[in-house]
Amino acid sequence: MNFEYSDEQQQLADSLGKYLVGHYDFEQRKAIVDSASGCSETVWADLAAMGLTAIAVPEADGGFGGGALDLMAAMEACGQALVVEPLLDHVGLGGRLVGSAGSALQRSVLMPGVIDGSRRLSFAYLEPGRRYETAPLTTTAQPRAGGWVLDGSKCVVFGASQAQQLLVSAHTADGASLFIVDTTATGVTLNPSRTVDGQRVADVRFDEVALGADALLGVAGTAQPHIDEAVDFATALLCAEAVGAMKDANDATLAYLKTRKQFGVVIGSFQVLQHRIVECVIAAEQARSMAILAASKVDQAGSPAERARAVSAAKVKIADAARQISQEAVQLHGGMGMSEELKISHTFRRLTMIAQRFGDADHHLERYASLG
Amino acid sequence: MDLSYSSEELAFRTEVRDWLMANLPADIRDKVVSYRHLSKDDYLRWHKILAAKGWAVPHWPQEWGGTGWNITQRYIYDEEFGIAGAPMLPPFGPAMCASVLLRFGTPEQKARFLPRIRDGDDFWVQGYSEPGAGSDLAALKTRAERVSTSSGDHYVVNGQKIWTTLGHYGDWIFCLVRTDSSAEKRQEGISFLLMDMTTPGITVRPLILMDGGHEVNEVFFDDVKVPAENLVFEENKGWTVAKYLLGHERMGSGSVGASKRELAALRALAARELKNGRPLLDDPRFRDRLSRTEIELQALEITSMRFLDKMRRSGQPPGADVSMLKIRGTEVQQAITELMMQAVGPMAQPFKAVDAGQIDHVTSRLAPRYFNFRKASIYAGSNEIQRNIIAKMSLGL
Repeated sequence: MNFEYSDEQQQLADSLGKYLVGHYDFEQRKAIVDSASGCSETVWADLAAMGLTAIAVPEADGGFGGGALDLMAAMEACGQALVVEPLLDHVGLGGRLVGSAGSALQRSVLMPGVIDGSRRLSFAYLEPGRRYETAPLTTTAQPRAGGWVLDGSKCVVFGASQAQQLLVSAHTADGASLFIVDTTATGVTLNPSRTVDGQRVADVRFDEVALGADALLGVAGTAQPHIDEAVDFATALLCAEAVGAMKDANDATLAYLKTRKQFGVVIGSFQVLQHRIVECVIAAEQARSMAILAASKVDQAGSPAERARAVSAAKVKIADAARQISQEAVQLHGGMGMSEELKISHTFRRLTMIAQRFGDADHHLERYASLG
Repeated sequence: MDLSYSSEELAFRTEVRDWLMANLPADIRDKVVSYRHLSKDDYLRWHKILAAKGWAVPHWPQEWGGTGWNITQRYIYDEEFGIAGAPMLPPFGPAMCASVLLRFGTPEQKARFLPRIRDGDDFWVQGYSEPGAGSDLAALKTRAERVSTSSGDHYVVNGQKIWTTLGHYGDWIFCLVRTDSSAEKRQEGISFLLMDMTTPGITVRPLILMDGGHEVNEVFFDDVKVPAENLVFEENKGWTVAKYLLGHERMGSGSVGASKRELAALRALAARELKNGRPLLDDPRFRDRLSRTEIELQALEITSMRFLDKMRRSGQPPGADVSMLKIRGTEVQQAITELMMQAVGPMAQPFKAVDAGQIDHVTSRLAPRYFNFRKASIYAGSNEIQRNIIAKMSLGL
């Protein structure tokens, strides 16, 4: 039993934290969010230089062979600073899928760019009208001479407009398959938008996109377990990010309670407010415990069902805590909590969206129960 | 970061589990798992069995009979008790009075009381709360006046304690009493006094709770003569003793183990209960509530382990962390009792046979159990007091 980060994990988190304090304050973040791409290439290169893009890549592919626990402290730091660069999508989904589903040849071609950050990946898997389902259905790929033809559409693809390549899940005759598609390929149309919490997503259409045989990642029809594993892995990382954002929200609320005066006293002297912040602090502790569980189970579980059940349990707790903590943060900040000018309103939006990404509490409660 | 126990810890867990399986009397276990109250004899019998094994007071220093286990082993031990349906020994003697004596007692007091507590010779109870002093403990009014005579000093105690858990089983009671009513601060005139409950002038009156059970009592003190040698620590410094005890509450995991067992029982119950011909366990509404409680318990367990790990590293007492676990632990316990009661539907209604007939099915005890467990968020520092402690100690409010 050991709940401390290793020296390496802590050092990475510390240097990332220090970096973000200097390069990612509220104003700097705002400038990035308002920029054309919504992603700072400088920050991205620095994140890669710190090793964040290499940690979870298998050693055989040139990475550090780490897991979710190795990224957890760093993801917390990203959550605290509300980082909008698509690290989670690149590392947790794109890189993860290449590592687990790709052939040796594909990994040797793709991984160097994943590791140094020059080949940004985004995973297109959600389909319109199908909420959080991970199995491809309406996006299809048909074999044709020398390759495949891809048709269909994906929605809310995080980081698509910032990626060099998309990993696209598609229904093929044998089941689920994954394809590597250039975002600039003929027949690929991106309709990008800004999310409510400052990130970039896109709806993506595929109209008779001609793909070579080498665009198929790994073996046709065998992708579903890889997809589910990657989404669980990314969900565990998102839980860690949430823990960082929750800590930041609670810290900000506590500081506000200690400085804001009304009726001639600091409002933190009111018991009704004390008990509410205490509940938020307890919720954050419980959320951290479950984020640790999720990370350790995606790194090391006896079975996919055990992994999925732990991740779902964690996501229920994270989603509930994210809602409670963000709502209370705004309430206890009073009108100031609603203001665009205060970070807390941005943390509120981020936590609200985290609660829903990869499945909200109801979705995961159902999955948890179905596996029990 | 590693959530798993070491192989030594797992071996220890197996040792405790196997021993409990072999030595926990079936009738006592049956009472625990079917939510019946234990008699004094049940507690003493179990205490003697544990004492014979040398496991009655694991957390004590070894020179007084402790096992020398580390805090992880103690945590595992507590958890296995909960899982097995083994009653934890009432904390008043082994955990509370003994901790005070070990820290503040004179050599004579230690030698006189500790071996008897360890061996289960004396049943101890706690005299803290009074009708006018609940959460505001320092408001207590029970008086102890010191009287000097040629044959030695003694105190004369007058007043009343309330909510005295298992007071009707008590051989001895430790009390906070007021020895100086003129002290400027209320906390400064309080002393920590040990009393033999057979002393003339002590009367125990049952307080029957809404589950119909006799667990707590009122204790009246009417010119009770207590030898001055039964004062622990200095006169008027009892608040220091009380605060020490509060700060050294153990991070028990008995409730985690017991809640695991009860959730398993609830699952089994909900699998048998039928709703529209289908197991209640498959009903999405029931299932969601059960799942949420399971997840809450899982979070509680990992949080307990994290705090334990922190304690092990720092060597510091757990402080406000215990308050957090108390709040969530009791909430989970209460949620389970409520789900249990609701799981059996209309069968939760019958309570007691009116005539000669017998109702002895566990369903008749589920509603009373739910009633009884409203106590959990009230006792040992209400959950509101725990929130005050967290606000003050860890948030600096």
